[in-house]
Amino acid sequence: MNGVTVSTTVNGDAVQFVCPPSESLLDVLRNRLNLTGVKEGCGTGDCGACSITLDGRLVCACLVLGAEAEGREVGTVEGMSENGELHPLQVQFIENAALQCGICTPGFLVAAKALLERNPNPTEEEIRYGLAGNLCRCTGYDKIVRAVQAAAKIMRKGRKS
Amino acid sequence: MRFESPTTTKAAVSLLAAEKGVSHVLAGGTDLLVRMKMGAIEPDLVVDVKRIDTMAALTVAASGVHIGGAVPAAELGESEKLRTLWPGVVEAANLIGSDQIQGRCTVVGNLCNASPAADSVPALIAAGAKALVIGPNGKRRVSVDKIVLGPGRTSLGHGEFIEAIVLPARAPKSGDAYLRFTPRTEMDIAVVSAAVNLTLARGVVKTAKVVLGAVAPTAISVPAAARALIGTKLDDAALEKMAKACRAACNPIDDKRGTVEYRTKVAGVLGRRAALLAFERAGGRK
Repeated sequence: MNGVTVSTTVNGDAVQFVCPPSESLLDVLRNRLNLTGVKEGCGTGDCGACSITLDGRLVCACLVLGAEAEGREVGTVEGMSENGELHPLQVQFIENAALQCGICTPGFLVAAKALLERNPNPTEEEIRYGLAGNLCRCTGYDKIVRAVQAAAKIMRKGRKS
Repeated sequence: MRFESPTTTKAAVSLLAAEKGVSHVLAGGTDLLVRMKMGAIEPDLVVDVKRIDTMAALTVAASGVHIGGAVPAAELGESEKLRTLWPGVVEAANLIGSDQIQGRCTVVGNLCNASPAADSVPALIAAGAKALVIGPNGKRRVSVDKIVLGPGRTSLGHGEFIEAIVLPARAPKSGDAYLRFTPRTEMDIAVVSAAVNLTLARGVVKTAKVVLGAVAPTAISVPAAARALIGTKLDDAALEKMAKACRAACNPIDDKRGTVEYRTKVAGVLGRRAALLAFERAGGRK
């Protein structure tokens, strides 16, 4: 293998890995860095199960090469909790039963976090459009939308105090 | 496969020109990586252009706009100045895919992928955009409508790529708009689309450009539709004449997503609505 050596930052930690030049960042995260929160659904950018942030921008890890991560900052669902405390979105996904099989959940959480950072008080329509790149075949989406609304409310209060 | 991420266009040109096998430019990768995954292409060389400063740059002014070939579509929507100057170009670019895709996809990639249904292309052509093409024989400036030859085919030669898209100086009292029809409300590909760009003088349309997407092998300009608008305040007769010209220009495919008859009719409807929206944005009053 003529591997590429990559130095990057994942969830704030400096990380180095070697991968074939054609390997996706999704495969790197899952198989080389053991960050299995990021899921492979379609592998073609349609389902959002592999949603991560790359230099703060929401992207599908399946549509990024591992080699592209050199010097960038990668954020995954594993970086959402802080000091052992779940992120308000994670708490509200549990409270609102916004998941069943769970495969889409990490992607939804990462995408919802990116959405709320950009728009702390989204309407239901804005949430539905904002999360249109994430597919869920279990919940029918309604509980996910409610969970995001509930988390947004809590996060807005947190910001004021 | 080799992966290279040069920091200058010169280095990128050398890498691409020297490659004897299959080489591809990687900007957003939202088409390229899918094609690699499907096995449709097996590149020997992939050149990531995102570390080239001029290609990652977006500069916006009324005197002209430079959209680097590696600028993600999301960034266009984040520029208030660009949204004000070229709302049609921005809304077209922002309709491509989900937020995840927006974080990566580029208008240059949308253009070079050469899909007849590409959202940003009709808006760029209507805007009079130029592509800055760079390659082993130097640089050339090409009208965007000369890039796509047919589905999946471009006029770019071996080793050539598009460094940036340039939008011309924006005259006061100008407006543009892009509308598309899709069976679903989101995450879908245009069945028909229409872009209109116009400038007013003393309340009437002075110059106009009308471009349709997804109704022919490439996006098509419809000069007859533009002429129908010039000298008017978009009265009903002018709009009907324009819609008729749009319908006459259509040469669409017939498939389950839209029949020829349906696409042709909707082209007239969208052309009319896009014209009204562009007119309103230019400050026009009927």
